[in-house]
Amino acid sequence: MSLFFQTLISGLNLGSIYALIALGYTMVYGIAKMLNFAHGDVIMIGAYSVIVTVSSLGLPPVIAILIGIAFCALLGVSIEFLAYKPLRKASSLAVLITAIGVSYFLQNIAQLIFGTQQLAFPKIINLDAIKIGSVQIDGITLVTLCVTAVIMVLLTLFINFTKIGKAMRAVSEDKEAAELMGISTNRTISVTFAIGSALAMIASLFYGATYTYIKPTTGSMPGIKAFTAAVFGGIGSIPGAMLGGIMLGIIEQYSKAYISTTMSDAIVFGVLILVLLVKPTGLLGKKISEKV
Amino acid sequence: MAKKNFNNALKKAFSKDALTIYLVVAIYAVISIMLYGDLASRQLTNMLISVSCYIVLAVSLNLVVGLLGELSLGHAGFMSVGLFSGCLFSMWTVDLIPMLYIRLPLAMIFGGLFAAIVGFVVGLPALRLKGDYLAIVTLACGEIIKNIITNLEITGGALGLTTTNSGSYIYSKPKVLLPYAIVLVLITVVVMMNIKKSRHGRAIMAIRDNRIAAEATGVNVTYYKLIVFVLAAFFAGAAGVLYGHSFANIKPAVFNYNMSIEILVIVVLGGMGSINGSIIAAIALKALPEMLRGLDKYRMLIYSIVLIVVMLLNSNQKFIEFKSKFSFKSLLKMKKKSKKEEISNEQ
Repeated sequence: MSLFFQTLISGLNLGSIYALIALGYTMVYGIAKMLNFAHGDVIMIGAYSVIVTVSSLGLPPVIAILIGIAFCALLGVSIEFLAYKPLRKASSLAVLITAIGVSYFLQNIAQLIFGTQQLAFPKIINLDAIKIGSVQIDGITLVTLCVTAVIMVLLTLFINFTKIGKAMRAVSEDKEAAELMGISTNRTISVTFAIGSALAMIASLFYGATYTYIKPTTGSMPGIKAFTAAVFGGIGSIPGAMLGGIMLGIIEQYSKAYISTTMSDAIVFGVLILVLLVKPTGLLGKKISEKV
Repeated sequence: MAKKNFNNALKKAFSKDALTIYLVVAIYAVISIMLYGDLASRQLTNMLISVSCYIVLAVSLNLVVGLLGELSLGHAGFMSVGLFSGCLFSMWTVDLIPMLYIRLPLAMIFGGLFAAIVGFVVGLPALRLKGDYLAIVTLACGEIIKNIITNLEITGGALGLTTTNSGSYIYSKPKVLLPYAIVLVLITVVVMMNIKKSRHGRAIMAIRDNRIAAEATGVNVTYYKLIVFVLAAFFAGAAGVLYGHSFANIKPAVFNYNMSIEILVIVVLGGMGSINGSIIAAIALKALPEMLRGLDKYRMLIYSIVLIVVMLLNSNQKFIEFKSKFSFKSLLKMKKKSKKEEISNEQ
């Protein structure tokens, strides 16, 4: 029984990281209708920014995190401005390939600056583990769960009740109509990229704290998993990304604990395919009716 | 009458498709002379087989992405299924059939068929899903295939398959494999061209342009979607077998989504649905990192920047105008036009 709860906790931990990254994917998809393949690499850049500010410059963690968030948000916006904005009217495949190009670019820049060997991620959160019965919850896990929950609540409030949030929903529903209502699509898309990248930076903190080492290719696997999570929950849907991310993390940890550690990826992707076969637009995705 | 036939034959011999085949033959002729005349550098020799495999992979993926219009991110998975099954077949029959010219084609067909079966299974969800959802499912299938092969004992697990063990020695040098590569590339190109021109090709493109309209005019969507996945997987698998014979050790982890994406990049840069484009892009994109090897650390960085810039330029309206002004075709047209004008002026 203790293994069951222990796995649940680690699944929630991993799921929170996936959910934070998946939010970036799903928001960008909802608004710009593009798969931002470079999103996973923003996580890696975020983790490196913490290594630089904390380990090399010796700044206190809070300031380092704020700098990191600002830096990643800026990075997201500038990627959008330089690489995706000129392609607004291009085919979605052209945008996808450009995003892949950006992903290669970020990985190689990181490789040039930091080298190919892995670097240790600094310990920035020092909290003692809590024991409930026979289940032990690490301090970092506790922080991850709390912060993710707070972020999800805040994001939901932001999307539903602020002016920019409403603009974001309007643009994702109908771009032309939103423009006619006086909403600046370009600014809305920039804000979306900034928020998505900032969330990726926060995810990188938890990822770094859980896995402790960072490499230039660190971002790609969690990126792909989070992308899977976003599709799993219904891409374009914000609650879907949260649900999809957490479920994916739990499924992964349970299959690692109970079935096989080496086959866990196959199981995760297998579940995804089954879900999509039953619900072709994901768990919470909108059903699109076809017009003839 | 005879003149008309002759004209038709002439037209056929200089048609766009025929020119593609001439191009491929010419490239391979030059390469063969260089290779067998010992003029080729080691770098070029090492690249030959893998570039040939990438041409086959790109041309076959073009069938799915270019003609059917569905995004597939699991092409490397099909390739690895073909590779491992075909190479195992080759290893088991190496004593029985020592002649490479019989064993390798048999292994390619075996590996191709195996990959085609997997392609059929992956094609099934394609009937229900589309767009990005299908893309993620093909990506997931590719990762599942990789994961399963890594866990199979028969393929050597994560350490991979070693082709140089005594008793199952199937490794061959590029010089030996080149003729097979040429034949495989030519067969793939000819088959894809004929599909594109046939009524099957038109049906597939009709599904891409408007599925509902195609269905209403009697196109069997289920059949064509499945056949496209099966065919693309078959050729990817056959290319995989060739690829496997050119390496002493093959690890299943290589065939991940990054490799699938690499093939997709070739297809998109070459132009959707264009076989010529796929061939040229495969050569250029595989050769570019090799040529930049001198720059060592910066080569992948340059590669990524080139990729982004090409994509940006290709969708820039001003650049498209500039390109069409100076393209080969429009220059020819201008010549014709001025001739016509001359004639009309004389009159």
